[in-house]
Amino acid sequence: MKRILLGAGLGMAAALALAAPAQAAKTLVYCSEGSPENFTPALNTTGTSWDAALPVINTLVQFERGGTKVVPGLAESWTISDDGLVYTFKLRAGVKWHSNNDFKPTRDLNADDVIWSIERQWKKEHPFHKVSGGAYDYFADMAMPSLLKSVEKVDALTVKITLNAIEAPFLANVAMPFMGIHSAEYAEAMLKKGTPEKVDQAPIGTGPFQFVAYQKDAVIRFKAFDAFWGGKQAIDNLVFAITPDAAVRLAKLKAGECHVMSYPNPADLDAMKKDASINVQEQEGLNVGYLAFNTLKKPFDDVKVRRAVSMAIDKKAIVDAVYQGAGSPAKNPIPPTMWSYNKAIEDYPYDQERAKKLLAEAGYPNGFETDLWAMPVSRPYNPNAKRVAEMMQADLAKVGIKSKVVQYEWGEYRKRMQQGEQQMGMLGWTGDNGDPDNFLYTLLGCEAARPGGNNLSKWCNKEFDSLVVQAKRTNDIAARTKLYEQAQVIFKEEAPWYTIAHSVVYMGLNKAVQGYKMDPFGIHYFDGLDLKQ
Amino acid sequence: MLRFILTRVSLVIPTFLGITFLTFILIRLVPGDPIEVRVGERGISPERLAQFRHELGLDLPLWRQFLDYVWNVLHGDFGVSLITHNPVLTEFVTLFPATLELALSAMLFATLIGLPAGILAAVKRGSLFDHGVMGISLTGYSMPIFWWGLLLILFFSVALGWTPVSGRLDLLYYIEPQTGFMLIDTLMAGEYDAFRSALRHLILPTIVLGTVPLAVVARMTRSAMLEVLGEDYIRTAHAKGLSDSRVIGMHALRNALIPVVTVIGLQVGTLLGGAILTETIFSWPGIGKWLIESIGRRDYPALQGGVLLIATSVIAVNLLVDVLYGVLNPRIRHAR
Repeated sequence: MKRILLGAGLGMAAALALAAPAQAAKTLVYCSEGSPENFTPALNTTGTSWDAALPVINTLVQFERGGTKVVPGLAESWTISDDGLVYTFKLRAGVKWHSNNDFKPTRDLNADDVIWSIERQWKKEHPFHKVSGGAYDYFADMAMPSLLKSVEKVDALTVKITLNAIEAPFLANVAMPFMGIHSAEYAEAMLKKGTPEKVDQAPIGTGPFQFVAYQKDAVIRFKAFDAFWGGKQAIDNLVFAITPDAAVRLAKLKAGECHVMSYPNPADLDAMKKDASINVQEQEGLNVGYLAFNTLKKPFDDVKVRRAVSMAIDKKAIVDAVYQGAGSPAKNPIPPTMWSYNKAIEDYPYDQERAKKLLAEAGYPNGFETDLWAMPVSRPYNPNAKRVAEMMQADLAKVGIKSKVVQYEWGEYRKRMQQGEQQMGMLGWTGDNGDPDNFLYTLLGCEAARPGGNNLSKWCNKEFDSLVVQAKRTNDIAARTKLYEQAQVIFKEEAPWYTIAHSVVYMGLNKAVQGYKMDPFGIHYFDGLDLKQ
Repeated sequence: MLRFILTRVSLVIPTFLGITFLTFILIRLVPGDPIEVRVGERGISPERLAQFRHELGLDLPLWRQFLDYVWNVLHGDFGVSLITHNPVLTEFVTLFPATLELALSAMLFATLIGLPAGILAAVKRGSLFDHGVMGISLTGYSMPIFWWGLLLILFFSVALGWTPVSGRLDLLYYIEPQTGFMLIDTLMAGEYDAFRSALRHLILPTIVLGTVPLAVVARMTRSAMLEVLGEDYIRTAHAKGLSDSRVIGMHALRNALIPVVTVIGLQVGTLLGGAILTETIFSWPGIGKWLIESIGRRDYPALQGGVLLIATSVIAVNLLVDVLYGVLNPRIRHAR
C-alpha cells in the first residue's frame, strides 16, 4: 500500500513529465484480466477492451453511473420528434480534446466528430471503414445500418439523426460504447501521416483520462485530463496492470500492488470478505441463463408440460452447486438491475407432486422422453451447462421424464438451436444497451421466432408480442415500464423458458478506494473515484 | 566439418515443414473459428459471416490456405493478427525479449546451482548431501508450475512482502523499450532504481521456470561425474599425487561436462514450454501469455506464427548444440 501511495507520485510524475508536486499525485492501479484489442470501442465486443477505452472516449448520451437510465453525455440535451423518427442532439460547448506527441487539437468537439464516428462504421466508402479490421459487430447487431436514414450537421453544435422506423431503444443504443465519439481532426491528421491505425491504438478522446502509453500485455497508463468537461478527477494517474490469473490479481490486491481487481475467483470470496484491507462489492450481471422449451415440438407445445418441468427442477440446488456464489436464481427473463423488472412476479415453486399432476393432466402420466441441450462452453450466466443438465436430468427422472443430454461444438450448437432442432435446450443472453427490449423483443418476440432467429422457444404469443412491439414504438419510459411489466406476467404464465440464473459479478477493492460504483453492464469505470491517503 | 553442418541443416527443413503443418492443422481442429468465437451467443448473419470468412481467406480450401501460408512465410510474411491487426512478426519481436530474458535468467539459475550441486553430490556419493540433492531435484522435477508459482507468490510476496507479486517492473517506472530486455533498458535509461526493481521482479519467475532445468542439470551432472570418476585416468591422476580439487576440477569435470552441455541446450525447449505457464502466473508480457490469448481468440495467424518462430529458435539452439558437440567431440563428426 505504502509503495503505491507514497512512491507513486515521484515515479509517475517523472515518467509522465507532470508538473504537479510529487507527493500530491495519486495513482490508482487496476488489476485487469486481459489485454485490450485496441482503444476504439466500435471495433470490439469485449468488456476488457471497453474498460481500457472508456476512460478516454465519451458518448453523446451515457448510462447513469451504476444504472441503465440514459443521461446526458457529450450532448447536453436532445429532442425527439413527435413521430419518433428524428433525434436532435445539442452538443456541449467548449468540450476539449486530449492531445499527444503526434497531435495537438485546434478546435473543440463539434458535429463533424459525431458524424465521423458514425459514418466510419456505417459507410463502406469512408476512409476509415476498413482500418483495423473494420468489423463493427455492435453497429450491425443493433441493426444500425437498417435503422439509420441520415446523420446531418445542423450547425457546429447540433446533430440531427433520422431513423427509418420508430425505435424507442435507439437512445440507449447511442449510450453504448460502440457509439463513442472520436476526433475527426485527429483521424484526418493520422491519415495524412499514413498511420490511420494510430486512431485506434493511441486514442484521442474527450474523457476524464488521457491515454499515455500501452505496453503490450503488461501496462496501460492514463493521466487525468485537466480540461475534462466534467471537471478534473481526484486521482491523477490511472494504471491498468494486466494480470490474467485471478489468484494472482488477488495476491496483488493483498500485497498493495493494486487498488481494484476484476473478477475474483468465487472460491476466494469468503476469505476476501474477512480481510480487513479489502472491500468486496457485488452486483447481478446484466444477463440471464435459461432453458428454452421448443413450443413448436411435442410435448412442449402444451403449456402444462412447460409448467410441469418448471416445477420439477430444483433451481436452488443448481445455483448453489454450479454457480458457487457467482449466481442468483432468476424468475424473470430480464435481470433485476434493469428498469421495468417485475418484482411482483412469483417463480414456479419446486414441487414435484404438482409437476406430476400437471403432466397427468397434459396426458403424460408416465412422463415422456426428450432431449436436453447443453452448451459446451462456460459463460457468466451458466458456468457449466453440462453439470446443470445432469442435475436437471436427475430431477426430471423423478417425475418420469427421461432426458438425453445433447452437446455440439459452440458455433454449431447456437446455429442448430436457432434453427429450432432441439426439444429443450440451454442458452443465455448478456444485455447490450440495458433496454428491456433487448431481452424481451430480441429473445421472445414473434419476429425472432423464425428459423435462425434468437427466439429459441420459437414461441410467438400475440398478446406478449403486441406489448413489446408497442413498447418499442413509444419514448415514454413510464408507459414502456408498464408494458414490459405486463409482458413479464404473460411470460411467466406461458413459461416458454425455465429461467435459471443471473450471474453475480464481484469486485475486490482496497479500502482506500472511495466512490467506486459497479456498473450493471459489467464495464469498469474509473471516473469519480478518490484514494483516501 | 562443413559436410557435418550441412547434413544437420538439411535435417531442419522437414522438421520445419512438419511443425508448420501440425500447428496449422491443430488450431483448425479446435472447434470454433475466430468469427464464431468473437460473436458468441448473439450470432452473426450468414452474409456478414461469409464476408468476414472471405476477407480472412477462411473460405478457401484448407490445402490452399496451407500452401498460401507456407509461401508467405517463406517470403518472411507471417500474416497479421486477427485481433490487433498488427503484423505477427512485429508482435513476436516486441514480446520475445521478455521471454528470452526470463528463459536466460532461469537457465543461469539452473546452471549456477545445478552444476555445483551435482558435482558435490557425485563426489560425496551416498552421503546425506547426495541423498538430499537427489531427493530435492526429484521433487523439483515433478513440481507443477502453476501450483509452485502461486505457492511462492503467497509466501514471499503476500506473507513476507519480499518480492513483487507479478509484472516486470514496478509501475512507478516507465521505461521506453529499446532492446526489450528490461535489465538492459533500465541501465541504458540510467534508472538504477528501476534496474533493481526489474531484478526483484525476475526472482520468483526465474525460480519457478528454472526449477525443472535445475533438477535436470543437477541429476545429469551427478551421473556424468560418477561415470567419469570411475575411469582409469582419474585413478592415475590421484596416483600422480594431484590434489582432490585439481582432479575433480581439471580432469573429471571437463569430461563430464560434454553430456551436461547437451542437456542444457535441450532444456531450451523445456524453458520456452514452461514459459507459457510461468508468464501467465506472473503476468509476464512475453510470448507465452500472447500464445494463450491467441488460442482463446482463435487468432490463427498469431498462433501459427508464434509457434513456428519459437520452434525455429529451439531448432536453432539445438543445431548450435549439435555443431558445438561435434566441435568438442571429434568422435561424433566422424561417425557419419
